[in-house]
Amino acid sequence: MTSSASALGSVLAAEGSGGDGFNAPTIAEFYPEPIAEFSLLGVDFAITRITIISWIATAAILAFLVLASRKASIVPSRLQFLGESGYSLVRDGMARDVIGPKGLPFAPFLASLFFFILANNAMSIIPFAQISPMSKFALPLVLAVLVWILYNWVGIREQGAGKYFKDAAIPPGVPIGALILVTPIELLQVFVIRPFTLAVRLFANMFAGHMLLVVFSLGTVYLLQVGNFSMIFSPFAFAMALAMTFFEVLVIILQAYVFTVLTATYLNGAVEPAH
Amino acid sequence: MNILAAESANPLLPPVGEIIVGLITFAILAFVVIKYVVPSFEKAFVARREAIEGGLERAEAAQAEAKAALEQYRAQLAEARGEAAQIRDAARAEGQQILEELRTQAQEESARIVARGEEQLTAQRQQIVHELRGQIGTLAVDLAGRVVGESLADDARRSGTVDRFLAELDGMAASGDGRGAVAESNR
Repeated sequence: MTSSASALGSVLAAEGSGGDGFNAPTIAEFYPEPIAEFSLLGVDFAITRITIISWIATAAILAFLVLASRKASIVPSRLQFLGESGYSLVRDGMARDVIGPKGLPFAPFLASLFFFILANNAMSIIPFAQISPMSKFALPLVLAVLVWILYNWVGIREQGAGKYFKDAAIPPGVPIGALILVTPIELLQVFVIRPFTLAVRLFANMFAGHMLLVVFSLGTVYLLQVGNFSMIFSPFAFAMALAMTFFEVLVIILQAYVFTVLTATYLNGAVEPAH
Repeated sequence: MNILAAESANPLLPPVGEIIVGLITFAILAFVVIKYVVPSFEKAFVARREAIEGGLERAEAAQAEAKAALEQYRAQLAEARGEAAQIRDAARAEGQQILEELRTQAQEESARIVARGEEQLTAQRQQIVHELRGQIGTLAVDLAGRVVGESLADDARRSGTVDRFLAELDGMAASGDGRGAVAESNR
């Protein structure tokens, strides 16, 4: 049962109970009933269908990558070519071109990020899943925090703690008077805003994408069943849901790409002294 | 977490359990990708690059080798040509020299032969003249004695007559065309 369908069920229930008008989907979309709940070391775990979707997505992309890279040969098979293309996009387009000559060691991590986000995002339009685990803030947050730890650690390792924090607080070439403004902004930017925006950008895109799809899907069904003249608008809502699904494809790929590219950009700033 | 509780939940404050599960999920993927997938791809990349570069290098090496061999052949050919020319020149010069030497030798030889022949001729002639002179003298005196009937015993007069006669003969021969002419006229 899809989340849309469950929402539809609640809509119908609301209608059945004499509720009037269209019940728009709420944030409850993202909090399905847990399949399993347990507590470990004082931490509550709730395995929901979204958690399962995340596992399926991760398992699927892993299976694809392992199959594509297993017995990788000079002349690639079709599957290997596909996997290599994805990896090359990250390795050459981001690790090498964005981070620079020191970037290749980060290619595996960037590739992990890219494939993980891509697969989880893709679940937002895969039939029967139709919700991306990335539309829950936990996953983007985990990734953003990992990226935050990585680029700060790399910055300290490459430039030394003193120089790294000094450059972050006092960007070279800024007049002393402007530092009153620039220093707090820069510190906030590097240590708070960057990871926060990184996580929120991905989360919000997938969240909003899902909401849009649900609204138009539910709208289509609602208009069909409303039983009056408004029925003729149902196909428009359906067309919009379809268009939004295609738009979602773009967002899925773009957000995976953007997250990885921004990570590469931050790593570039950490690897090379500020200019 | 029930739906009513979710209604009031802040989507930006995820539960810790979700974060941990998400972290584990990503960690598993990252581990496999970093440990197996990427090294495998990288190995394929390296192998591919080496295959291409190796092919190019081999081709370049072969070309360089061929060029070197050609160069060597050319050098050898030029050397051989030079040597041949040198040998030819030397041979020609030697031939010229040998010819020159032979010519000189032949000339010398012929000159010597001619000189010896002339010498011999002169000596023979001298001898013959000498003999003839004696015989002619004796014959002439005998003949004259027989003709005149008297013995020309006077040696002084006899030798004077004969010498005068012979001098006259010599004068006749000198006024003629030469010895050949004399020999012809004698015949």
